Amino acid sequence: MVEITSPAFKANARSAMADEQLQKAMGHVRHNFIDKRATAAAGLDEFEDLRDSAVAIKNHVLEYLDLYLEKYEEKVIESGGHVHWAATAADARGQILDICRKAGAKTVTKGKSMISEEIALNDSLAANGIEPVETDLGEYIIQLRGEHPSHIIAPAVHVTMDQVREDFLKHHTHLPPDRPLDEPEQLLREARAILREKFLSADVGVTGANFLVAESGTSVIVTNEGNGDLTQTLPRIHIVIASIEKIVPTLEDMSQIVRVLARSATGQDMSVYTTLSTGPRREGDPDGPDEYHVVLLDNGRSSMIGTEFQDMLRCIRCGACMNHCPVYHAIGGHAYGWVYPGPMGAVLSPSLIGVDKAGHLPNASTFCGRCESVCPMHIPLPKMMRHWREREFEKHLSPATQRGSIRGWAWVAKRPLLYRTIASLSARFLWLLGGFNRRIKSLPLASGWTRHRDMPAPEGSTFMSQWREHQASLKGDL
Amino acid sequence: MPKSISQKPRVALFVTCLVDLFRPSVGFASVKLLEDAGCDLEVPMSQTCCGQPAWNSGDREDTKDLAKAVIKNFEGYDYIVAPSGSCAGMLKKHYPEVFAGDAIWEERVEKFAEKVYELTSFLVDVLKVEKVDAIVKADITYHDSCAGLRELGIQEQPRKLVNSIKGVKLKEMKDSDVCCGFGGMFSVKYSDISNSIVTTKTENIEAASPHMLLAGDLGCLLNMAGKLRRQESSIEVRHVAEVLAGMVDNAPIGERASKSGRP
Amino acid sequence: MSQRDEILGRIRSAIAPNGNDTERRKNLRTHLTSNGVIPKLPKSRAGIQTRFKERAIVADATVEFSKPEAVAKNISKYLRDHNLPAIIKTGDDQRLRKLLKGSDKLLEISRGISDGNDLVGVSHAMGGVAETGTLFMTSGKANPTTLNFLPETHIVVVNENDVEANYEDLLKKLRRKFGVGKMPRVLNMITGPSRSADIEQTLILGAHGPLRLHIIIVRN
Repeated sequence: MVEITSPAFKANARSAMADEQLQKAMGHVRHNFIDKRATAAAGLDEFEDLRDSAVAIKNHVLEYLDLYLEKYEEKVIESGGHVHWAATAADARGQILDICRKAGAKTVTKGKSMISEEIALNDSLAANGIEPVETDLGEYIIQLRGEHPSHIIAPAVHVTMDQVREDFLKHHTHLPPDRPLDEPEQLLREARAILREKFLSADVGVTGANFLVAESGTSVIVTNEGNGDLTQTLPRIHIVIASIEKIVPTLEDMSQIVRVLARSATGQDMSVYTTLSTGPRREGDPDGPDEYHVVLLDNGRSSMIGTEFQDMLRCIRCGACMNHCPVYHAIGGHAYGWVYPGPMGAVLSPSLIGVDKAGHLPNASTFCGRCESVCPMHIPLPKMMRHWREREFEKHLSPATQRGSIRGWAWVAKRPLLYRTIASLSARFLWLLGGFNRRIKSLPLASGWTRHRDMPAPEGSTFMSQWREHQASLKGDL
Repeated sequence: MPKSISQKPRVALFVTCLVDLFRPSVGFASVKLLEDAGCDLEVPMSQTCCGQPAWNSGDREDTKDLAKAVIKNFEGYDYIVAPSGSCAGMLKKHYPEVFAGDAIWEERVEKFAEKVYELTSFLVDVLKVEKVDAIVKADITYHDSCAGLRELGIQEQPRKLVNSIKGVKLKEMKDSDVCCGFGGMFSVKYSDISNSIVTTKTENIEAASPHMLLAGDLGCLLNMAGKLRRQESSIEVRHVAEVLAGMVDNAPIGERASKSGRP
Repeated sequence: MSQRDEILGRIRSAIAPNGNDTERRKNLRTHLTSNGVIPKLPKSRAGIQTRFKERAIVADATVEFSKPEAVAKNISKYLRDHNLPAIIKTGDDQRLRKLLKGSDKLLEISRGISDGNDLVGVSHAMGGVAETGTLFMTSGKANPTTLNFLPETHIVVVNENDVEANYEDLLKKLRRKFGVGKMPRVLNMITGPSRSADIEQTLILGAHGPLRLHIIIVRN
């Protein structure tokens, strides 16, 4: 199981902000993705219409998800593949392990898959004597480092080039230690050569899926490196691990969503490889896997249907929300403490691991709304974070002091006369604290604020009392 | 210029709790701007707060009570105007969500929400104000507060009016549309993250080298002013309404007097 | 209860607790119910081909037009220009066989899948899409999938008549060829050579797949 550190979110965030390497690496995120997405979106006249179309497709699927899943299963079987239904992460791990054991697998190559992270597949394979090899360059780097992805499409975005060089020198000990490794290109070439061997010798290849097409029982991966394709083409067995909401009805529906996916993610018009796979090697096929398995994971998703969190199942994992999130920019992905970071994680993680553990995540947002504005699937992320806050408030999971102060403040705000009095007293009190320079350097009840910034002092009396005087003086003038 | 009294739109000022407590000048500036633009302006005296702190804390019941009070107090006017995109957004966009599925209130809220505007967008979009009379000699940079920008589409309106001030030069900062890190309770609950975000923001503000930073929301302004003061910056901070009303002789936010060196 | 029934049951009770599945099934979308929003492109053949070339170049591919009889010569020139030996691996594609017929002096051709030791793979695409400069490649003996990924240099030949405006145009052709609800084992939609930006967001071509993608559009 991936260790859940979400309850320690605040401490995680603090150490992330003090981590110089991380902050240096995050510097690249703050504009790159954003500028590229903006250019790509502006470059396609139909982009906004395509967003609406993509939303409509996913909403339609969610209305008939059971039937589309049945249809998809039927077509996979028809094409010679196998479908395994996994209610939980443990079920999925067990099913994949079974397939690997039956095949006598020693090495499993892996394409990039967040579902594999969600079910902690690598740990389970390794514990059973099977070597998992991540083949996406970013995933490979963090596997060497013993880390987890900090971004759903750029897993090693928190790592600097210097760190990658150190990791390669440490792990690739069969190569001369004085070889040149000063350019990203040299690092990439080295990883390519090492992983090429792994691709050719692996027994099983595991990939995720961006889409499952019901019409034809097809799984689709969208990648840039080509590692996913080598993962699924060269070994004897291809296992697709995908969650149930990846279904689209037809190839045309896939094309609609593909048009917004890469543009929102990396700002490419189209990722390099969009690969549609249907079943195992056929008669006359000179290459391709002998067996094709799909593990369909639920793991809490079916329980989101019909709730205020259903819209989250439209998510296509493009990462635009985190690319545009000021909180993510400040702290990176690991601070969120589980598999899915950023705004989408702040909504999804509480659904999957419980709001008692992930409670900080939907709270750690300024509700600036930038995530929602760029989400290709128009998922109302801030609204759903607020729904989590409501759940926490109802269940008394929010901190008692915070709860008490909100309720107390609301009690006063419902009584205008009392409110006026307290507001006037506060204005006067804070005015006094402001002293000669009109700013408050330290305020015990708002120490979080004054630790980092001054509290501008008020002008002394409230608007309402000044207005009352002003009105009275006008009347007096008459 | 004004039409006969009966033809003037009856406008209620929603002062907002932050303006009430921290910066009454913004309220008076708003009154001036709205009256100059021909409004019959009133300030309902029993107003307190829109309920946003409760709403964003997950306290739906208290939000409902506060929202009902606001609606009762304000629904009789032609328009409800607030010098804040955040509070106006709460009234206009979030109240309908607060009462979603409530058979008794749904329609009433909808009628109410239609009449709510943020100050600069009301002036430009509804009253068709093209320019203001103020004279302020200053280089100005403008921060787009998130709720105003993304919930209400406020971006051009304040700039249009600011550009009409004699003596003003608008110097755009980088990422003016990125959050300042305020986020209400966020700035206290997650103060370290908030600090990181506002630090990036003040870097961008300084890089534009203005005399003055403006925005349309007092929450954001208190945050950015608080950081700029802590950093001993000379940039003065004001609500856009103050400058549009030409009311810049009083002390800027968080300062005894302006040190910005504007002419 | 099987996990399948458990999952489907949970979904059903959430979305259609009293639903009639026969009725509901009538609302399912099968193929071609709707194409959705289709980006507008030039109507003329020439316009579509120009756009295809433009977009493929934006995606870091190189593109040339060639007469059928000049394909072998152009491949050999491309290899020479890139300091590559005139040795290529291809599949069993009949169109390619015809185009490369009699080119023994120019090119050393071997046929079959790639085992990772080939420098240059040559494939014939099912078609190209002008929208994004994307090639459609289907798996099989004619054009083994390994040729698309293992060699460092991938040369793809496509007939000018198979360059269409939108993805949907080629999907339609695909259905005509394979049947409704049927697919080739693999359909690779390829847009440019492989790449990674995983190290400090520096874009580098040639990650695990080809470093170079050269497209030859054959004029009839």
